[in-house]
Amino acid sequence: MKLKKYIKIYSLFLSTSIASELEYKTNVIIDFITAILSLVGSVFLLTIFFQNTDNIGGWDFEQALIIQGIYTILNGITNTWFNPNLTEIVKHIREGTLDFVLLKPLDSQFFISLNKIAPAGFLEIILGFALLFYCIGINQININFSFLLLCLITLCCSIVILYSLWFLISTTTIWFVKTWNATEVLRSFLYIGRFPLNSFSFSLRIFFSIFVPIAFITTIPSEVFLGIALIWEISLEIIVAIVFFLVSRRFWLFALKYYTSASS
Amino acid sequence: MFNLNKNKLITLLKVQYSNMLEYRVEIALWAISGIIPFFMLNIWTNNNLNESINLSNVMLSRYFLSAFFVRQFSVVWVVFTFEEDALLGKISPYLIQPLNPFFRYFAQHLAEQITRFPFAIIIALIFFLINPESIWIPNLSLFLLACFSTFFSFLIQFLIQSIIACFCFWTEKASSIERLLFIPTLFLSGLLAPVISFPEYVKSWIYLTPFPYLIDFPANILSGNNTNIISGFFMQIFWISVLFPIFKRTWSLGTKKYTAMGS
Repeated sequence: MKLKKYIKIYSLFLSTSIASELEYKTNVIIDFITAILSLVGSVFLLTIFFQNTDNIGGWDFEQALIIQGIYTILNGITNTWFNPNLTEIVKHIREGTLDFVLLKPLDSQFFISLNKIAPAGFLEIILGFALLFYCIGINQININFSFLLLCLITLCCSIVILYSLWFLISTTTIWFVKTWNATEVLRSFLYIGRFPLNSFSFSLRIFFSIFVPIAFITTIPSEVFLGIALIWEISLEIIVAIVFFLVSRRFWLFALKYYTSASS
Repeated sequence: MFNLNKNKLITLLKVQYSNMLEYRVEIALWAISGIIPFFMLNIWTNNNLNESINLSNVMLSRYFLSAFFVRQFSVVWVVFTFEEDALLGKISPYLIQPLNPFFRYFAQHLAEQITRFPFAIIIALIFFLINPESIWIPNLSLFLLACFSTFFSFLIQFLIQSIIACFCFWTEKASSIERLLFIPTLFLSGLLAPVISFPEYVKSWIYLTPFPYLIDFPANILSGNNTNIISGFFMQIFWISVLFPIFKRTWSLGTKKYTAMGS
């Protein structure tokens, strides 16, 4: 019953926000071009890296393209869902409109995380999948059911980790009020997700697997894709995803206790 | 249109500087979000990719540190502020004032750079702690030249973004154009890879575009890498003198087009 209600509300969110985004049609088209160019740019950067070497961190060019594909999908998801919604938290808190969200007979995290949608990110998701399909061809990957299932699981875990990271950082706004540049810091950290984890030095690798688990987000799904992922890596990713999600949920409920509304 | 005297400029700067100091944490976070060049450096040296372009590890780390600095002092965000002001109708009172509103934004940027300065220095010190072998002191003339070229790079980006910002008069939302232009800036300016490492088919035309002069050229001067100083400055000044009249033109067309909010 409850689930039904939420699905119904979500479909309403979808139609209203797509309608309002399509008010600015040229904007959407420009965003599409941006998505294509940024993929071209990252592949260009990869070709520079591979000009005089045939592998970075043990990944050859065809394999590194898989990471780009996964990164592009996740970036598309970030741009479609996380970015438009979670930057809104800052506005809610500064202007005190979070009150209206909290008063609704709805879960506040659900409302805040899924209220809006930016259709421009869809193209990135499609581009990412297209690149992955191309990679299946050039890396001669044979597809079977368990392969698809594992890909799906790890990809979902990556999305959950990514969401939790965004949400955790956005939540700190309740104390600091103006932290939308904190999400910029996260964005620049996420940038390293375009490259295999092994191409970084040991200290950075540790940092990006323990403190900010960006390593899990793109590298492990890509390894699954290539069929070289180890079982403990996959289970670790699942555990990290669950932990992060629960922590972000608890943190939000905890932070709400400190919310004092504007001008009070 | 551009009646500005010393007093006005100093007042503007003072006001904006105290404004920026209010948001120190915010600016510190901005400074941290600019550390991508260091990640790139890590990839380059960790995989020995620099051997093929004849740059030693030390020179490459100096290059990327300089790129970080140049980026810190040439970041422009005028289009985002302008878009918000235009959407909320804040532009109207600015237009009545006998001062082009872009001077206000310009002063904001300069004030923000001054506020950024200590944070950038701290990040550089941490970098030197981790990589003590890359410490260097550029000689004074090169340092001054690097400062000038960084300022010119800032001017070029400021002019480009101001032109885009003027499109707000027509489309209301111009920041998507800026996001589009940011992609070539990111990949071609030398922030992620020095321009000399680019393949030949790109190098043959890239030096005619403004991009390499935004990061690569000032960073090369500062880090002491080889670069053609005279032609670099020539191209920077050339682009400024091309962009400035375009900005003036779009501004005057745009203000005629402007209908204040609610009309």
